[in-house]
Amino acid sequence: MSTTTTQSGSGTPAGNAPSRPGKTGATELVSWKAGIGLSLLAILGTVLFGFMSNSKSAGFGIAEAANEAASSVAALVTFVLALLLSVWFVYLWFTRRRSGLASGSGTVPGWLPASTVAAVVVLGLAALGVAKVSKITLPSAAVGWIASVILLGLAGYTVYRTQAKKTTPRWVGGTFAAVFLIGFMVWIVAGGNGDEPSISLAGLIAGSVTLAVPLVFGSLSGVLCERVGVVNIAIEGQLLLGAFSAAVVATVTHNVYAGLVAAAVAGALVSLVLAVVSIKYLVNQIIVGVVLNVLISGLTSFLFSTLLTADPDGLNKPGRLPPVDIPFLSDIPIIGPILFHQSLVGYLMYIAVIVVYLGLFHTKWGLRVRAVGEHPQAADTVGINVNRTRFWNVLMGGAIAGIGGSFFTLVSVDAFSKDMSGGRGYIALAALIFGRWNPIGAFLAALLFGFADNLQSVITIIGSPVPSQFMAMLPYALTVFAVAGLVGRSRPPAASGIPYVKG
Amino acid sequence: MSESNTPRQANEVESERPETLDDEVVLDVALDTADGAMAPSVIPATSQGGQIPHAASGSVFRQIVTGNAMVSVLSVLLAIVLGGILMAVTNPKVAETAGYFFAQPGDMLTEVFRPYVALVQGSIFNWAAADTAGQLYPITETLTVSTPLILAGLGVALAFRAGLFNIGAQGQIIFGALFGAYVGFTWHLPFLVHLLVVVIAGLVGGAVWGGVVGLLKARTGAHEVIVTIMLNYIANFLLLFLLTTPAFQRKGSTNPISPFLDQSALFPELLGPQFRLHAGFLLAVLATVLVWWLLKRSTLGFEFRAVGANQSAARTAGINVPRAVILVMAIAGALAGLAGIAQVSGTEKYLSGGVAASIGFDAITVALLGRSTPWGTFFAGLLFGAFRAGGVAMQAQTQTPIDIVLVIQSLIVLFIAAPPLVRAIFGLNPRKKTKATGGPGSGTMPSGKIESGAATA
Repeated sequence: MSTTTTQSGSGTPAGNAPSRPGKTGATELVSWKAGIGLSLLAILGTVLFGFMSNSKSAGFGIAEAANEAASSVAALVTFVLALLLSVWFVYLWFTRRRSGLASGSGTVPGWLPASTVAAVVVLGLAALGVAKVSKITLPSAAVGWIASVILLGLAGYTVYRTQAKKTTPRWVGGTFAAVFLIGFMVWIVAGGNGDEPSISLAGLIAGSVTLAVPLVFGSLSGVLCERVGVVNIAIEGQLLLGAFSAAVVATVTHNVYAGLVAAAVAGALVSLVLAVVSIKYLVNQIIVGVVLNVLISGLTSFLFSTLLTADPDGLNKPGRLPPVDIPFLSDIPIIGPILFHQSLVGYLMYIAVIVVYLGLFHTKWGLRVRAVGEHPQAADTVGINVNRTRFWNVLMGGAIAGIGGSFFTLVSVDAFSKDMSGGRGYIALAALIFGRWNPIGAFLAALLFGFADNLQSVITIIGSPVPSQFMAMLPYALTVFAVAGLVGRSRPPAASGIPYVKG
Repeated sequence: MSESNTPRQANEVESERPETLDDEVVLDVALDTADGAMAPSVIPATSQGGQIPHAASGSVFRQIVTGNAMVSVLSVLLAIVLGGILMAVTNPKVAETAGYFFAQPGDMLTEVFRPYVALVQGSIFNWAAADTAGQLYPITETLTVSTPLILAGLGVALAFRAGLFNIGAQGQIIFGALFGAYVGFTWHLPFLVHLLVVVIAGLVGGAVWGGVVGLLKARTGAHEVIVTIMLNYIANFLLLFLLTTPAFQRKGSTNPISPFLDQSALFPELLGPQFRLHAGFLLAVLATVLVWWLLKRSTLGFEFRAVGANQSAARTAGINVPRAVILVMAIAGALAGLAGIAQVSGTEKYLSGGVAASIGFDAITVALLGRSTPWGTFFAGLLFGAFRAGGVAMQAQTQTPIDIVLVIQSLIVLFIAAPPLVRAIFGLNPRKKTKATGGPGSGTMPSGKIESGAATA
């Protein structure tokens, strides 16, 4: 989880411009947003985790492995690998940084800090596995107060930096988010019923990844469309029609994989309408998206009520895509069950994220796509067919969202029901914005939202000081903060929403 | 792009005229987006004025046939036909009667038209009822159902005119209902005063939730579509939470519903207790008149429209754009809040988790169908209210799921948003020349007439 929070919080310091350390720009505007925001959050954290903490302790269960021997071997191998990687990353980071300071031009590449943090987290988890820890118990009051002090300290540091007209380093936001999350988790679990309330950490995170699958597919669809300059509000419709077609086709053909393909086709079909109406007929893309969502909701509900309920065995009994274990990797304690015990759709998710990321940022195609989304006139001038690029990208986005929709009927539940996407298309939209129109960012944001979703159901079971409705609100509130610029700066592709007219 | 209403030589205009459908769309959009600098407005600027600039010439007949009113009518027609096909295909009885179609065609046709007959019977006039009251009941039901649709639709339409896409009517309805209902069941005031206070509370509630969007948009540039979608969810969860607290939950009830509002806080029934029609409908008419006045006659409305047409130009002209954005969202929210009051003080009489139903989303389609004009929204609200009211009766009588109404509504809006699409389907493209349709006589009847119209121009 900490990689997620690092990513989402890393932009918190105002002024994302690559400012060189030590250089105070008197003319540079340093916003007070970060300082004020962090201070408020720190005070909130102190009140909740410190003053409102109780004497109980919070337990975090760590799932036992199914295969003892394989598990300990896997844990050891992972531990060694993670250790080597961590050392290598830290070494790289420091040498790059030093050379950067010396020459004044080189900077640490953007992927390095995130990768380092990820490697260290994996290292820590593997260490838990090697040591065969089955449960961590933390006293809530002590952890709460320590977290509060760190939060207040970080907020104070930010305010001090802002006062001195310096930009706050990026690690402050990341650390703040991580500490806040830990404090929050301990507080909320300790507030549960019973003498020593505990939750299964591995189960919580594994559930989050599962819940995040449709969100990730949806937000990738959004990334592909928005990067090319088409706003895709119709994600919800794409998910829903994907779910519907997957259920029907898988039932009729008695083949789950045919259902998966049908879901992709259905998503692309929704995209086709979006593309034709918004690119050819130049209708406002937001309108088309909103209307398509209503249309798909009405259409699937209508067909469900008429055809599917009349003949559930013949039309709405798709069967399931079983979870597949990847040999060796799934034996790694904690990490294995979370990441490598997925259905086919789950693995497709990882592939889709990587492919979309590499495609967008490391290929000629991606460069063209982004050019079309940022400045279509310029792209046209160098000979890129703007509207054709848009058309195919939107179609591809729809297919991806459609596959995400199949998760509902082929993985999560094995039958279609009315409006079963339940607004997740809109959360995917939020994840896309929270992830700043970047596939990796969208993936992490979707994980965060999946985590919030799962945490809500978990703490409802153990009982909690926070009403579940507020937990459910969290993704939406975070998104409002994100678009309002309180959590970093989010800027959509410049030409997003504007049709291109050659002329 | 140089084409305008300036008088020119006929042949010159002819030569500059776009030749194909695409060209025509391009002209519209160029006009609408300031040559590709902005996103196209919700309702194309060209159709807001009621005239297509480059279709100014031509016979009267051609203008009527290719005009926007015709497109609206055709859109509704097309959507109803498509909905009918969908219902016919999914209805097993239709397939059954189609088996002996040539022997007894009446059976199948009856079966195909039965849902729509039920729809009309449930929304306008029930000729099968025993007495006059029963016969008139459907139309009063339509008016009742349209009341919140019209009010919320006005809110969405007003924001559209200022260039803002207000998807947040749902949340604003909830907030209006929340404030109004609380005042309605906790305070105990005399008859008319209480209702007035409840209405004001609803206005305030909606205005607060809408104003937040305007504030965020004006101060931080946050996109209103995203903010409103998120605020809808936040409002909904807040409502669900509050309904579990002692302040809102009905005494002795385990369900998340509020106590009934005081009798003094309810809208009076207009036609007696056997009809549900309440004075909220008059409020909707009043609100329509007020919004019309605001947009057409007031300085503020002029500012809204200027901001909607072109923000930069409005700023240059000295209009305080942030102020206009905040105000228009607050007023839009207040109108949606009134819709919430129409629910709690009119039809529902108490607050529940489903108080806003799907009114907030229907309101978007209502405003789009009404082309964001106050009276257009009013009649669109009536039409969709009729669909809703009739849909309930249709479901009861013919077992056709009410979801078909959603399909028809969204199809209508989709077609209306893309006039060139509808014109292309019906062959009514005003620009279509012999080149596009082939020789004379090969086209459909209407396009043939257009050609003759064009020839006389």
